[in-house]
Amino acid sequence: WPAKMIQAILVFNNHGKPRLVRFYQRFPEEIQQQIVRETFHLVLKQDDNICNFLEGGSLIGGSDYKLIYRHYATLYFVFCVDSSESELGILDLIQVFVETLDKCFENVCELDLIFHMDKVHYILQEVVMGGMVLETNMNEIVAQIEAQNRLEKSEGGLSAAPARAVSAVKNINLPEIPRNINIGDLNIKVPNLSQFV
Amino acid sequence: MALKMVKGSIDRMFDKNLQDLVRGIRNHKEDEAKYISQCIDEIKQELKQDNIAVKANAVCKLTYLQMLGYDISWAAFNIIEVMSASKFTFKRIGYLAASQCFHEGTDVIMLTTNQIRKDLSSPSQYDTGVALTGLSCFVTPDLARDLANDIMTLMSHTKPYIRKKAVLIMYKVFLKYPESLRPAFPRLKEKLEDPDPGVQSAAVNVICELARRNPKNYLSLAPLFFKLMTSSTNNWVLIKIIKLFGALTPLEPRLGKKLIEPLTNLIHSTSAMSLLYECVNTVIAVLISLSSGMPNHSASIQLCVQKLRILIEDSDQNLKYLGLLAMSKILRTHPKSVQAHKDLVLQCLDDKDESIRLRALDLLYGMVSKKNLVEIVKKLMSHVDKAEGTTYRDELLTKIIDICSQCNYQHITNFQWYISVLVELTRLEGTRHGHLIAAQMLDVAIRVKAIRKFAVSQMSALLDRAHLVASSTQRNGICEVLYAAAWICGEFSEHLQEPQQTLEAMLRPKVTTLPGHIQAVYVQNVVKLYAAILQQKEQAAEPEAAQDVTQLMVERLPQFVQSADLEVQERASCILQLVKHIQKLQAKDVPVAEEVSALFAGELNPVAPKAQKKVPVPEGLDLDAWINEPPSDSESEDEKPKAIFHEEEQRHVKQRQPEADEEELARRREARKQEQANNPFYIKSSPSPQKRYQDLPGVEHIPVVQIDLSVPLKVPGMPASDQYVKLEEERRQRQRLEKDRKKKKKKDKERKGRARRRGSLLSESDEDVAPAQQVDIVTEEMPENALPSDEDDKDPNDPYRALDIDLDRPLADSEKLPVQKHRNADTSKSPEKEHVPVTEKKPKKPKKKEKKLREKEKQPREKEREKEGKEEKPGEDLDFWLSTTPLSAVPPAPEEPGANAVIAAAQEEGEEARREEPADEAEDDDERDPEKKPSKHKKKKHKKEKEERSKDKKKPKKKKPASDGAAEPVENGALDEDPLPPVSSYCLLAENSYIKMVSSTYDIQGSLQKDSQVTVSVVLENQSNSFLKNMELSVLDSLNTKLARPEGSSVHDGVPVPFQLPPGVSNEAQFVFTIRSIVTAQKLKGTLSFIAKNDEGSTHEKLDFQLHFSCTSYLVTTPCYSDAFAKLLESGDLSMSSIKVNGISMSFQNLLAKICFHHHFSVVERVDSCASMYSRSIQGHHVCLLVKKGEKSVSVDGKCSDAALLGSLLEEMKATLAQC
Repeated sequence: WPAKMIQAILVFNNHGKPRLVRFYQRFPEEIQQQIVRETFHLVLKQDDNICNFLEGGSLIGGSDYKLIYRHYATLYFVFCVDSSESELGILDLIQVFVETLDKCFENVCELDLIFHMDKVHYILQEVVMGGMVLETNMNEIVAQIEAQNRLEKSEGGLSAAPARAVSAVKNINLPEIPRNINIGDLNIKVPNLSQFV
Repeated sequence: MALKMVKGSIDRMFDKNLQDLVRGIRNHKEDEAKYISQCIDEIKQELKQDNIAVKANAVCKLTYLQMLGYDISWAAFNIIEVMSASKFTFKRIGYLAASQCFHEGTDVIMLTTNQIRKDLSSPSQYDTGVALTGLSCFVTPDLARDLANDIMTLMSHTKPYIRKKAVLIMYKVFLKYPESLRPAFPRLKEKLEDPDPGVQSAAVNVICELARRNPKNYLSLAPLFFKLMTSSTNNWVLIKIIKLFGALTPLEPRLGKKLIEPLTNLIHSTSAMSLLYECVNTVIAVLISLSSGMPNHSASIQLCVQKLRILIEDSDQNLKYLGLLAMSKILRTHPKSVQAHKDLVLQCLDDKDESIRLRALDLLYGMVSKKNLVEIVKKLMSHVDKAEGTTYRDELLTKIIDICSQCNYQHITNFQWYISVLVELTRLEGTRHGHLIAAQMLDVAIRVKAIRKFAVSQMSALLDRAHLVASSTQRNGICEVLYAAAWICGEFSEHLQEPQQTLEAMLRPKVTTLPGHIQAVYVQNVVKLYAAILQQKEQAAEPEAAQDVTQLMVERLPQFVQSADLEVQERASCILQLVKHIQKLQAKDVPVAEEVSALFAGELNPVAPKAQKKVPVPEGLDLDAWINEPPSDSESEDEKPKAIFHEEEQRHVKQRQPEADEEELARRREARKQEQANNPFYIKSSPSPQKRYQDLPGVEHIPVVQIDLSVPLKVPGMPASDQYVKLEEERRQRQRLEKDRKKKKKKDKERKGRARRRGSLLSESDEDVAPAQQVDIVTEEMPENALPSDEDDKDPNDPYRALDIDLDRPLADSEKLPVQKHRNADTSKSPEKEHVPVTEKKPKKPKKKEKKLREKEKQPREKEREKEGKEEKPGEDLDFWLSTTPLSAVPPAPEEPGANAVIAAAQEEGEEARREEPADEAEDDDERDPEKKPSKHKKKKHKKEKEERSKDKKKPKKKKPASDGAAEPVENGALDEDPLPPVSSYCLLAENSYIKMVSSTYDIQGSLQKDSQVTVSVVLENQSNSFLKNMELSVLDSLNTKLARPEGSSVHDGVPVPFQLPPGVSNEAQFVFTIRSIVTAQKLKGTLSFIAKNDEGSTHEKLDFQLHFSCTSYLVTTPCYSDAFAKLLESGDLSMSSIKVNGISMSFQNLLAKICFHHHFSVVERVDSCASMYSRSIQGHHVCLLVKKGEKSVSVDGKCSDAALLGSLLEEMKATLAQC
């Protein structure tokens, strides 16, 4: 059923490695991978200074769907949306999402997304729910995330302290990945959507 | 046990967590798959442990692996285990995994129902939130049915965080369980006005999405959305609503009319491009829906186009793209406005961005004219050469064909040029659109008779180098053009210069590699060619040559006879036999050409593509009726074989049916022909309705032959159509000169003194470009009695059809949502455990703690009941709303310049916009327009208003100002269509034996910077037998309040009334007053002077009156939320004052209603017999009230930013309350 206003949210890096795959419509895993690959090739073909909308109709959903994406440093954030969503609005939403990530991870970089996919999902869940825009006010999103983090902390978190210690030892030579998704370099002239009064 | 736990936590130390897993995968780049399968084995072990933390950790890792493409559905049961963990940390992991991998086919999903219900009602909002989020991704019809009621309850949760999620997920529930829509809808609708902007936004989101799919069911919500649109400042909400209006306007053009003004204002005022863009889009939708009915909205179109141009010119590619997209929508209805920006569009064709170019291509369709077609196509052809991707090239190809063929080739003046363009396009490699080119070739050759000779020459050249076209396998698509080429050469073989050569080309062995359907056409047309050659040879008396051709046929045809394609084989063997027979006759020297040609005598006319579909079913023919009644099933036991047999037999019989009726049909056909012949109104389809071309001046001067000579197209591989650009220019130049000369002569003859004007300018205009050939485009034939319409049915598989539900019908008992009875719902502790209003019959036993709570519950419930009452006739309500101007529906919000502009604009439009203001008399207020009040804060009162309104509707004529003896409001002469608003606030001003004055203050605008303006409407009724004229209104201005007079007049002058009054007639005049300060009430003395004329003569008369401007009339009902209200009171810069009125008998409910109604307040909060109220003046003063009811008294404490205003207001209120 093409019942979703946002059909899929994909985050992958410059080499097409998925960092977040969130489908709001059921696709078998291999099809999901295929869609990620094809989407990657589609956006890869685009220069950086051309428009951020792609008609990826045949990919998912059909002709009513569009790919709207933004490219930050090493990562592509791609939303597949139908015509009920405002294109410019979704561009702003991606920005809100990335800024929220930046706030929650304190200078977000690709590594954060790699090692904390679960947290990225939790953040996304406060922005988009079941394929529908849930919240656009960043302060509200961050407040809810932090409240849940506190709750998790009070419960002792997932891994007990010893496990953490062990993992710290295991931390060995990682390839260098540029820090900072570099949120500053936006030149899209869409004024931020007004905050709730 | 303890040991086990210790062991578990030691094990934990060596478990991998998510980070370890990620790290491990990154360190095993070489054997990733192997490493992961190892990890999955570990995870399986972890899942077997009892420790929930271990399980959760395992599930978390699985979620990561799922992202990498691994199926994790085998762990569904473990995921459910983790979902039911008591700790939020684990629960969240479980729900995340479930949301990633559960779907309708997951069988264990039904085990989750109770767990989810438990989480939904958890005291922790984050447990509830996590459950809602998860559920939104995997809700199934069963889950939706079982949980709909729980979720609906959550829509009224105390926490906005839960409310917004619950509201949003309802959309999913509706989709999976459409029965829930009607019971849940009232509450959903209520959430449109939720105090929390996030919840409101979610509700807008859901309703907009529902409405987008089934707009007609949501038309009745238009007033509410309109209100939101004019009051909301949240761009997300605005965008959704504006998009929704775009979907609603096609259904209700009156709505569009109402929308134009506020949307235009938004376009002017907003700085957010996203909002601007959506506004433009909706204005376009409105204009499209209005295009038939409305006279002229050129200003709005101009505004849109102008704003879009700004977008397109922006350096931001996104804006450019969207601008072009929207432009193409305007193009459909208002091509002229878009054509003005042709330069921009052409410029975009060269953009480096393909998506921009594609959008620009869409626009080109409307940009072409006779004048520039050649030039534009030339540009496109050069793009075709340069294009890299086949998609873009194919798009270019279709666009070229589209723009050339549009409107019956309206823009083509030179078909030779067009044919050469088509031929050039055949050189495209790997296109999928060969058939399109072929269709065009056929169409042009058939319908443009004058071009046939040229077309045939080109096609024969094409056939000659067919090997080029059809050589590589890549070019498959393009070989379709050979189909057209073969047919054209065969059918119009009389135009062939070298028929024999073409014949040979068509009989080459290579042809057999072509697709079957093309070969079949080859075979058939070879015979046509053959017939033509025979005729030619016989006429030239060259029997040997004729025999040679026959011999060639006999030799070559067998290659087709062997074809695997049935069609080719059949045709070829027939024809081979025929040719062999001819050979025999030729051997006997019998002339055969005549007879062979007779096989193909007559002309084929083009048939319209829909012709077959449009053949009407003859009267009396029932296609669904049985031809033979099927024998009844009951008798036999071996049903299956019999059923098959039946079916086959039916089909068989049906096919044969026409044969059986052949005679009858022939008879009928004959009769019909006879009838048509005798019917003078029957128009036979005759060729050439394109007389226009022939009528054009200058056609006869075109030297057609000349151009034919300069056609250079025989050389294959050369871009031939380019030549035409130059040729065409020369031709036009000649044409122009010719015309100029002619004109000059004419002028010289007629009037020598007159200067030549516009000579060359004139010839630039589009109509002046005369076609190169005399063109007759043969129209496509339609069957006689063709039915005019052929609408396509809606897709029956549309999932949203299930949600096509009438929402206005009142709820029936049977529609209650299923409630789980066995759960102890009545021991609820938390406020969110409210009952669903529609299912609740009795209020709960009051508990002290819950008292306040119940009060809260009660209100929405009552509101709902009211809504149900209201919903009995939504259509009427909507009609009412639509028939009034924005003014009455817009919640007055003077602090917004946009809203003010709406009001002003509405009046400029000349529509009747009346907003009543109470004067000092209070009694007449009972029958006022309730629309202007914000409804949601005045629940009880609302009900009353509803009654009043329905009363009003029933007898609109009886509306009288209650001060008895006053005149009925009189309809303005200018108003024929729009009925008067069914309420009135007119009150008697003064009256004497001649005339009666009734007045109403109907529009107030103000700002802090400027003086405020009040427009007063005065109805003058002539009560005498005299004719009243020279009426003049003069008022003694006060320092504060002044009558606006025509420019140049002094303060002592009166203002003339712009009409005269015959006996018994009334009319309405409007006067504008400027008011400096609104803090005190004003009274102005004035005089109406006039001349009364009757049979006895005329007299000067006058009538004194007093105009009253109450302070209340400067208040505007403005909703205020309790938090904002509290903040306002805390701020401390408000002065305070109180009144108390005794001897009140009226109920508190009605009392509040009266205050709201007469004094333009809204209720902020009400607790028992105490209520806080709010209003705002046109100059931005806040007015806060605390109203308390005692035994028989009412006290009102007021706080206001202006003490004087508060004093005046309380005085006025006292007067109102004294009558209660």
